[in-house]
Amino acid sequence: MADTGKREGALADYRVLDLADDRGVYCGKVLADLGADVIKIEPPGGDPSRNIGPFYKDTPDPEKSLHWWAYNTSKRGLTLNIETADGQDIFRKLAKTADAVVESFPPGFMDSLSLGYSSLSQINPGIVVTSISPFGQTGPYKDWKGPDLVGWALGGQAFTTGDEDRPPCRISFPQAYLHAGNHAASATLAALYNREFTGEGQHIDVSMQEAVTWTLLCTIQYWDMMKFNMFRGGAKRRMGGPVARVLFPCKDGYMSFLIGGGQLASISMPAMVKWMAEEDKLGAFEDRKDWAAKDWAEKVDFWSMTQEQLDAQEGSLIDFFADKTKAELYEQALKRRIILYPASTIKDLAENIQLKERGFYVGVEHAELDETVTYVGSPCKMTETPGKIARRAPLIGEHNTEIYEGELGFTKDELRQFKANGVI
Amino acid sequence: MEKRRIFEDVKIADFTWLAVGPVATKFMANLGATVIHVESGTRPDLTRVSYPYKDFQAGINRSAFFALYNDSKYGITLNLRLPQAQEVAQRLVYEWANVVVDAHLPGHMEKWGLDYETLRKERPDLIHLATALQGKTGPYSSMPGHGMAGVSLAGFSEITGWPDREPAVPFGAYTDFIAFPHMVSALIAALIHRKKTGKGQYIELSQLEASLQFLAPPIMDYMINGRVMTRMGNRSPFAAPHAIYRCQGEGEKWCAIAVSTDEEWQSFCNVIGNPAWTKDPKFSTPEGRKENENELDELVEQWTVNYPPEEIMTRLQEAGVPAGAVESGEDLVADPQLNHRGTHVILEHPEIGPHIYQPPPYRFSKTPHELTMPAPCLGQHNEYILKDILGMSDDEVAELLIAGALE
Repeated sequence: MADTGKREGALADYRVLDLADDRGVYCGKVLADLGADVIKIEPPGGDPSRNIGPFYKDTPDPEKSLHWWAYNTSKRGLTLNIETADGQDIFRKLAKTADAVVESFPPGFMDSLSLGYSSLSQINPGIVVTSISPFGQTGPYKDWKGPDLVGWALGGQAFTTGDEDRPPCRISFPQAYLHAGNHAASATLAALYNREFTGEGQHIDVSMQEAVTWTLLCTIQYWDMMKFNMFRGGAKRRMGGPVARVLFPCKDGYMSFLIGGGQLASISMPAMVKWMAEEDKLGAFEDRKDWAAKDWAEKVDFWSMTQEQLDAQEGSLIDFFADKTKAELYEQALKRRIILYPASTIKDLAENIQLKERGFYVGVEHAELDETVTYVGSPCKMTETPGKIARRAPLIGEHNTEIYEGELGFTKDELRQFKANGVI
Repeated sequence: MEKRRIFEDVKIADFTWLAVGPVATKFMANLGATVIHVESGTRPDLTRVSYPYKDFQAGINRSAFFALYNDSKYGITLNLRLPQAQEVAQRLVYEWANVVVDAHLPGHMEKWGLDYETLRKERPDLIHLATALQGKTGPYSSMPGHGMAGVSLAGFSEITGWPDREPAVPFGAYTDFIAFPHMVSALIAALIHRKKTGKGQYIELSQLEASLQFLAPPIMDYMINGRVMTRMGNRSPFAAPHAIYRCQGEGEKWCAIAVSTDEEWQSFCNVIGNPAWTKDPKFSTPEGRKENENELDELVEQWTVNYPPEEIMTRLQEAGVPAGAVESGEDLVADPQLNHRGTHVILEHPEIGPHIYQPPPYRFSKTPHELTMPAPCLGQHNEYILKDILGMSDDEVAELLIAGALE
C-alpha cells in the first residue's frame, strides 16, 4: 500500500516520528488523522502493544490487534532498533527533516542514546520533541512505574469512583494514557504553531498523572475551599450535601438523571414533573410542583435538601422508570427536552442513531484481509481541512522499503546488511 | 526582548459555559491567547452558582468551580436576548476577535447573529469552533446535556464498577475532559492552516464522538467479534495481582498494585518477605495468578492492611513494582510529584482570595504557560472591553446599560 500521494489535512506539511508505545500512541493518532505524515518507529519484530487484545476475529496475531488498529490509523510504519549505533545514525537522518518526535520511554532514556532534545536540536533546531511519561521528566516519582491503575489512583480519579463499600475503582478499559496522549497532541501542535513564527522547536514534558487530574472536576477545589473530600458513591454522587442517585434502573438497563435541586439538576425538573403528572405518577413530587416555577435558582439549593426528601424522590423516579425501556425513555427525553440519557452499553454505542445519522463510524480498507473494517471516526468535523483516517495502521515494517530506499537513499545491499545486524 | 508567547496573536471571543468550552479556551489563554469570555447574569454560568463557594456562602463571584476554568480571561456580560447586546457581540468579532468558540445548543448562535455563516461574511478568515454534547446536527443535537450525563451516554458508566453490582458512574463530567483537549488540537490545527494559507474555517465537535475515541477498541471488538465489554472492577485481562487494596490507617486508605511481569512478581514477593504462600506453584505463572486471583487478592490484602498506602507505594516502586496510593483531593494538594511540577497555582481572586488554580498538564522548555490573572468577576471587564477595545464613548456605554444589554 504505497503512500506517495499528497497528504491532506491541516498538518499535511508536517512529519512526525512516533517512537511511543501504547502509553503515547494516541498522540500520533491525533496528528496523523489531522494529516501529518506520522512514521511509527517500532523495534524489529514489532511494537509490544501489537499483542494487546482483543484481536480481529479473536485471532491473536501482532497484525490483528484491535488496539493497534484503532490507535495507529493514518500512520506509516518502520522498524528500527535505536539501541544500535547504526540505528541511531538512521534515526538522526530521519530527525533532520522531521518536525516532531513523540516518545514515551522512561525519562532519560533518549538522552542516554544521544537522541534526546539537546542532541536532536543540534541537527534540527526546529524540531519539537514531545515526551510522555507516567509522572514527568523530573521530580521524586520520575522513575516510578505508572500503568493505568496506578495512574487512576495517583491522578485522583479512583478515590471518587466505585461503590462506597468496596475498593475505589477504575474504568474497565484503560484511560490514563489516552488522556496523556490527547494532551500531548495539543501541546505538540502548540509548539509547532510557535515554530511558524520563531523557527525554533522545543521540548515538551507531558505527565500522565497530571493529565488525569484534569478529569477531576473541582475535587481539588473542594478540598482547598471547604476541606471536603469528594467521595465515591457508585451509581450515586457524593459531592457534599445529601447523597443523590445519578443512575436509575429501568426495564432494560440504566438511565442517567440528576435528581433533586442544584442549578444543574433543576434544568430538567419542571419537564420531568410535568411528565410524571401526565401519567399520574408524581409520587414524592406531589408537593414539589413548584419546580415548574421559574424561581428554582435559590429555592432548590441541592445542599439544603434533606436526605429523606431525596430518597423519597429517588424512589418515585425508580417507580416511574421501572416499566419503561431505555429507548422509550430516551425518545420522551428528546421530545420533552429533559437531560435524561441512557447509560449506553458498548452495543448501544455501535447502534446509536445519532452517530449513524452523522456518519460517525467509517469504513477503512484492509487490503491484506480483502475487507473493509468499521472504525470509530474523527473526533471533529473541519470544513477546510477535514480530519480523516487516511489508511489503516501499518503492518510491521510496511514502509521500510518506501522510506529507507525511496527517501533516505539506502541501497538494497545496505538494507540487507541492516536486517542481518538487527538494525531494522 | 520579551519572549514570544505561543498564541499571542490569537484573540478568542468565548461564547461557552459550564466545563468543556471554558477549559479549552483557558488552556489557550494560559499559552498566550487573549480570551474574552462572554456571559450574562440573566443566565449565569452554572459553575458560578455551584459549590465550592468561598466560606460556604453562595455568591456569583464566590465559586472556585467557575474560577478553575476561567483564569487568565477577560469577562464581559451581555444579555444576548437583546439586539443591542447582539450588536456588541458582533462588533467584538468583526473588530477584534480572530477565533470564536461556542458551546450553545444548535440555533442559539444563529438567533443572535453570531453563527459562522453570518460572521464569515465580515471576517472570511475567522476560525469558529462549535461544540455540543452530541454535535450541532442530527436528530438528538437539540437535547440539552452536560458531561455528567455524557459519561453514561458515552458508555463509560456501563463498563465501570463491579460485575455483580449496578454500574458505578466515573466521577465528574468525564466526557468534557476527553472532548476539550480535542477542541484545543482542532483549534491549533486550524490556526496552523490559517497561518499557512490565510483561510479560516468552521470546526464542529460532538463531545460524544470525541469521547468514543477512548473506547474505540471495545467498540470494534463488538462490531467484529460480537463481544460486549462489561465492567470488571479493577481487574485486567493481562495482569494479576491487579487491584486496589485496603491499607492501614483511619478512613479511606488504599493502594493500587499492578503486577504484570514475572520480574515484577518476584520483586513483589521479595518486598512482602517471601511468605510461604508465594511459593505455592499455583501462583508461579501469570496464568496461575489470574486463575487464582480471588485467593491471591485476599493474601495480598493481608499484607497491605499492615502498612499505610504511601509506605506500600514507596517500597514497591523502589523495587520496580507498579503501585500508587489512592489520592483524595487532600492528598493531591500534598502530592510531592504534583508539587514538584507546580500543578497547584495560587492566584489571588478579588472575592475568593488566594486559592488553587491549575495549568495544562505539560511543560514547554521555551514557552512556559502563564496563569496571568484570576477568573473574572461577573462583568469585571465590561468597561475595558467596550471602551478600550471597541472604542465606545461613555454615552454609548450608558445607553447599553440603560437598555439592559450589559446584564
